[in-house]
Amino acid sequence: MSDLHTTSSGESHGSVSSYIIGFVLAVILTVLAFAVVATHSLSPSGTVLAISALALVQVLVHLHYFLHMGGGSEQRWNNICFVFTVGFVAIFIIGTLFIMNNTALHMMSR
Amino acid sequence: MLGRLSLSAIPLDVPILVGTFLGVAIVGLAVLGLITYYGKWGYLWKEWFTSVDHKRLAVMYIILALVALFRGFADAIMMRTQLALAYAGNPGYLPPHHYDQIFSAHGTIMIFFLAMAFMTGLFNFVVPLQIGARDVAFPFLNNLSFWMTAIAFILVNVSLFIGEFSQCGWLAYPPLSETQFSPGVGVDYYIWAIQLSGVGTLLTGVNFFVTIVKMRAPGMTWMKMPVFTWTAFCASILIMVSFPVLTVAVALLGLDRYFGMHFFTNDGGGNQMMYLNLIWAWGHPEVYILVIPAFGVFSEVVPAFSQKPLFGYGTMVYATCAIMILSFLVWVHHFFTMGAGPDVNAFFGIATMVISIPTGVKLFNWMFTMYKGRIQFHACMYWAVGFMVTFTIGGMTGVMMAIPGADFVLHNSLFLIAHFHNVIIGGVYFGYICGMNFWFPKVMGFKLNESWGIRAFWFWFVGFYFAFVPLYVVGFQGMTRRLNHYDNPAWHPWLLVAEVGAVLILFGIVCQLTQLYVSIRDRNLPQNRDVTGDPWNARSLEWSTSSPPPVYNFALVPHVHELDAFMHDKENGIDTRRAGGPYEAIHMPKNTAAGFLVGAFSLVLGFAAVWYIWWLAAIGLIGVIGTVIARSANKDIDFYIPAEEVARIENEHSRKLMAQAAE
Amino acid sequence: MAHDTTVPTSGHDEHHHESPVVFGFWVYLMTDCIIFGSLFAAFAVLRNQFNGGPSGHELFELSGLGLETALLLVSSITYGFGMIAAHKNEISKVIMWLGVTFLLGLGFVGLEVNEFAHMIHEGAGPDRSAFLSAFFTLVSTHGLHVTCGLIWIVTLIVQLMGTTEIPERMMNKLTCLSLFWHFLDIVWICVFTYVYLASMI
Repeated sequence: MSDLHTTSSGESHGSVSSYIIGFVLAVILTVLAFAVVATHSLSPSGTVLAISALALVQVLVHLHYFLHMGGGSEQRWNNICFVFTVGFVAIFIIGTLFIMNNTALHMMSR
Repeated sequence: MLGRLSLSAIPLDVPILVGTFLGVAIVGLAVLGLITYYGKWGYLWKEWFTSVDHKRLAVMYIILALVALFRGFADAIMMRTQLALAYAGNPGYLPPHHYDQIFSAHGTIMIFFLAMAFMTGLFNFVVPLQIGARDVAFPFLNNLSFWMTAIAFILVNVSLFIGEFSQCGWLAYPPLSETQFSPGVGVDYYIWAIQLSGVGTLLTGVNFFVTIVKMRAPGMTWMKMPVFTWTAFCASILIMVSFPVLTVAVALLGLDRYFGMHFFTNDGGGNQMMYLNLIWAWGHPEVYILVIPAFGVFSEVVPAFSQKPLFGYGTMVYATCAIMILSFLVWVHHFFTMGAGPDVNAFFGIATMVISIPTGVKLFNWMFTMYKGRIQFHACMYWAVGFMVTFTIGGMTGVMMAIPGADFVLHNSLFLIAHFHNVIIGGVYFGYICGMNFWFPKVMGFKLNESWGIRAFWFWFVGFYFAFVPLYVVGFQGMTRRLNHYDNPAWHPWLLVAEVGAVLILFGIVCQLTQLYVSIRDRNLPQNRDVTGDPWNARSLEWSTSSPPPVYNFALVPHVHELDAFMHDKENGIDTRRAGGPYEAIHMPKNTAAGFLVGAFSLVLGFAAVWYIWWLAAIGLIGVIGTVIARSANKDIDFYIPAEEVARIENEHSRKLMAQAAE
Repeated sequence: MAHDTTVPTSGHDEHHHESPVVFGFWVYLMTDCIIFGSLFAAFAVLRNQFNGGPSGHELFELSGLGLETALLLVSSITYGFGMIAAHKNEISKVIMWLGVTFLLGLGFVGLEVNEFAHMIHEGAGPDRSAFLSAFFTLVSTHGLHVTCGLIWIVTLIVQLMGTTEIPERMMNKLTCLSLFWHFLDIVWICVFTYVYLASMI
């Protein structure tokens, strides 16, 4: 069919260093999150915010260093799909919380 | 050994079912007998069941859809008849637990196995041809998708004769659908049918999304794509986004039933309202999945039979995308009465009303396309104009119910039933039948009979209004849905009129069957044969191929310069086919039994899981996994059509075109 | 239309499409993302429905969680090293790194199964409360995906054995599995943050 070395569309591949850097960053972010919870150093809402932020950053680390997502033009469609998906999941989770909380309030079910 | 399956599962005590079984058995044996008598099993297996050709799969999907139409309509006319009879003490002929299965099966079958299957069939046939591609991106997955849908439909029909079907409506709301209140097998049949067909549908969504993104002919930029392909694209996105939510909703219900979990139970902290939230987050996009391609069909048919380009192509595309996006933001309008407060209801009510605006834009575009066109009233145009009138009315009643206050009166009344049948029949069904009439010559090489098509339309159109306008009235009068019997004298005459409507629709279906019979009988008459491949002088690339197209679709991939690529070529003296070559060998995927086998093992898994026959379910699951692994290891999955063969096929078509032109 | 010629080439399409398999798999993975998103939504709604039974605070402990997270994270980079070897056609290295990834993933699943067995034994199974139903379902769905990944790894190892070069189709399979594996690690970040850590605040 096609020659052996056709790269699949939009897929870059990493180097050893990108995986190592990503790994180290991920470890740091994970340890920090565990530490924030284990040491109770922040208020409850502060802790939630902190671990959320750490999770978000770690997700971005994985996306960049492991999945090699970037700004390249061959990657445009991959990025569009990803953003769209995240957008829908956000709409759905936020919408669900809005609806279910509101319902529980009005129906006094909790 | 056999779980909870025993001989008592066969409903020998229900005469209607015994009669139905005998009927099905006779017809079924006749069909099997004829196939055997004519020695066609090998042909069916090699040319159809194992085919990865999108054109073959399309035909199989549409045949499945038409069978589903009969089953679903049979359920419908049984319900209408019951309600015409069951007044003031007369119990009718359908006891409640049977009636409940009928309305549940009716909805499930019509949505999943008529509407979705028909839509997928149209996508399959038309989209690759419209974009100048030779097949979809993943032909094997395409075959697999078909079989997952087919076996799920088989599973639903098996429930008719072994066990029972769900009595909880087409969406199986808990707590009624939980084990406590539905301990039988019915809801389990429903769950497995939905999940298995859902796999097929999701893969279809992925397949067509990737096909449209990656496999358009050179020169076909996004804004040069036919509108039907745009609608297939938007529907595919909606499928990919919404079906996972359905999978989760139904899976969680299944976990409650199989493992005693507490997602939606009355006790344990379950939250039934969350089921509605999940299922309608799927359910709303689902109806747009169905109707957006119907809009796409009309966007092809109306220009073709007005002999004019589509008015406002750009706004059509933007309106379609707007409808797609907005359809994610309206789902609460299906449960305004569930108990959320005015802020939630107001947000979703307003969003629902907003979604009618791009829909209205499309309607104006179709009408402006017709304005000052040279209209040809082929059967297709009847369905198109009938749609414009009927769908508009249905849309308006929808906007009425988008007002939460009004919805508190109308929710789950027959007004709602009338509304959604109005838009589904007027929009989805009219659209798909219109599409079938339009593309039939391309698929089969001969046209459908016009007179019977027009008769079918009139029976459907008039029948629809007789069947459903009375339901708007009794809805206002307070009649709720899913009633088995009633004693309100005000409702009775209306329900009798509705029964007349159902009978008229029955005549419409008979006319459609007659149309098929007559068309096949008269297929070789010169006025019916489609020799050129372009019987309607239409606008997009599929009409540049022969009817039916060669297996590879395009010997030479077309070069696209403009929107309405084929019409542009015709008007500028360009030969889209570039007949004469030079031709090259064409790379094709091989047929495979793997899709059929995965489907067969899935059917075993589903049936066994319904009846708690765990060893058999394990065999099914292992069979699915094993077949997938074996397929992955199979290196013999493609072949080449030699250039000489391509040349032979193309020259034959050129000869026919020249002979036709000479007449 | 006068002449027709046939060109006896090897069949290179005049418009050669890059294989859409990896893109298609990425798109499928997005739908998988929505499945997880819906499960997270359900968990969010039911997170406090303890039905008088144990809460996450009582059940979860950080050391086991840390070990599971470490195993998965390391397995991500071992798979990455396998992909680097694949691009260099070093098949024996690919098989080795795939094998290491398999063992780490197996360890992850083993720890998780152990955790679940322990919880069920303590009367904190998925049928105890809505919270536990949501917990078990969300975490098991992730674990089942990892298990499918393990089966996939074994399949690819078997298919690679005895070969001397990696054709495009095999490279696509390895790339798809790479996307899958890293995606699962990303989902795990959300799981340990919002299911485990958030319960232990």
